[in-house]
Amino acid sequence: MVNAAAARVANVSRELDIRGVSHSYEYRGAELPVLEDIDLRIRQGEFVALLGPSGCGKSTLLRLVAGLEPPSAGELVFEGAPISGPHPSRVIVLQDPTLFPWRKVAANVALGPEARGVLKRERARIDETLQLVGLANFADAYPHQLSGGMAQRVALARALVNDPELLILDEPLGRLDSLTRLTMQGEIVNLWRRAGFTVLLVTHDIEEALLMATRIVVLSERPASIKADIRIDKPYPRHRGDAELVARRQEILELLGFAAAW
Amino acid sequence: MTLSSALLQRRESSAAVTFPPRRLYEAGLSWAAAAAWLANAFIILRWPDLGDWGRGPECAYFGGALVVLLSLSGALRLFGVEKLVRLRRATPWLLALGLFFSIWEATTAKLGWLPQPFFPPPHAIVEVFTDDWRKLLESVVASVKLELLGFVLGASAGFVIGVALGRSKLFGYWVHPVLRLIGPLPAIAWLPIVFFAFPSSWSASIFLIGLTSGFPVAVLTWSGVAGVNTAYYDIARTLGASRWFLIFKVAIPAALPQVFVGLFMGLGASFAVLVTAEMMGVKAGLGFYLQWAQGWAAYANMYAALIVMSAMCTSLVTLLFKLRDRVLAYQKAELQW
Repeated sequence: MVNAAAARVANVSRELDIRGVSHSYEYRGAELPVLEDIDLRIRQGEFVALLGPSGCGKSTLLRLVAGLEPPSAGELVFEGAPISGPHPSRVIVLQDPTLFPWRKVAANVALGPEARGVLKRERARIDETLQLVGLANFADAYPHQLSGGMAQRVALARALVNDPELLILDEPLGRLDSLTRLTMQGEIVNLWRRAGFTVLLVTHDIEEALLMATRIVVLSERPASIKADIRIDKPYPRHRGDAELVARRQEILELLGFAAAW
Repeated sequence: MTLSSALLQRRESSAAVTFPPRRLYEAGLSWAAAAAWLANAFIILRWPDLGDWGRGPECAYFGGALVVLLSLSGALRLFGVEKLVRLRRATPWLLALGLFFSIWEATTAKLGWLPQPFFPPPHAIVEVFTDDWRKLLESVVASVKLELLGFVLGASAGFVIGVALGRSKLFGYWVHPVLRLIGPLPAIAWLPIVFFAFPSSWSASIFLIGLTSGFPVAVLTWSGVAGVNTAYYDIARTLGASRWFLIFKVAIPAALPQVFVGLFMGLGASFAVLVTAEMMGVKAGLGFYLQWAQGWAAYANMYAALIVMSAMCTSLVTLLFKLRDRVLAYQKAELQW
């Protein structure tokens, strides 16, 4: 008896398990399938990039993982418990920073601790986290005063201050200029390597996925299903000219149907 | 030396003696304004009044002070001295007002062209301020009290209703039709029943003012809350926000700019109800004073009350704008990276 319980506890694997998940939206009275039978297992500490054609349902999958909606079919299990709603251990960063314009930068970062009623205890963490993303001097600025890259760094800090197990990134660098983008790709990888959380990143930039992820999951057109699951075992920092990455890139382009174009 | 260069030199040397045209013009304007006020003073003092109105000399002396100041300002301007700058900025208005008051004095107190007692001369209105200020003050205090009480109660109710409409489907199901039915109705239309149903005309007026100001606040708060970016909610929920947190820390702050539009509209609309209520039933306030002045054909008192009323309404609106600028200060922070 006791042994069985202990075994079960040990068995509570620190992983995200997406089991046969399908999802559809109602659109003009008809069911519009978005995800079809997704099976995906992500171990603690992995950096998984979801790649797929635009509008294929990548973001929907992220919403399900974040617990913002329940799936139409299937089950999502995180660290042994089914996902039934949002939780600060799984925080999301969107393409738009969606900072609250009426809050200063520090107050935006404090949102999570404040919502959970632990703001007093975590006060120091907020400054630390702002420092981590290089914005310690901007604690008193309002969001509309920030550049796009700075705003996205604040959004990242707002997520990280909660010590998430899983960081869900929905095209977080999609709207940034290419130089800021390069810088932040490196920064996110560094933060991930230091803190050891799991990252689930949606992107439509193959190069970004190759430079950042340990694993790339290629999705099909809507309704999305998994087309390929590619492991990238390359040390960081990676170089875009690396022969293996270039070969992988070609492989993924072909999977996405762009073989001829390149 | 050619002819043209000689001409140029002449023009330069003459420029040193004459004044720049811009300064000449502005000095002339100041003196014209001084002349207008001087004329006004002479009209008041040297031309006998047709009726019996007080405070003429005081008005003339005030005009005399303006004459001195404006003359001085004109001279300073002519010699390029940057003093009395604020007076200079007001000079066109002072000129217009000097002419206006002169004509007003002449056509009322002196010539009697405008029908009496409906158009008293300006110094008769000044007389009301100097001799009846106590009653005017009482009236404005009573009006502000009634207005603020009604507005604060109505706006608070409207705000709560608006937030509830924006966040709760069940509340919307029951309240939305009622709001649609009652909201657009002019509050004045309730007068006949309200003065009967309430214990006093004072409480009835508070209800009417509240009703008038509450409706726009409710509608705009509702639309503000309903229009909040849903991503704000998503973000807050993943960070562990409770239902109350979503309302008080997300929905309401995000809707505040709209709420202030509603407050402004409600305040403006409530002034009409305030004055009507005071004229119809409440035995105090500026509306009552207006009514009373008309009953005694004391038209100077009526104009004085109108002036005070306009000052009161403007001040209340200004106060609301100040509050808005404070609460929504984040929209105005300059300096961008």
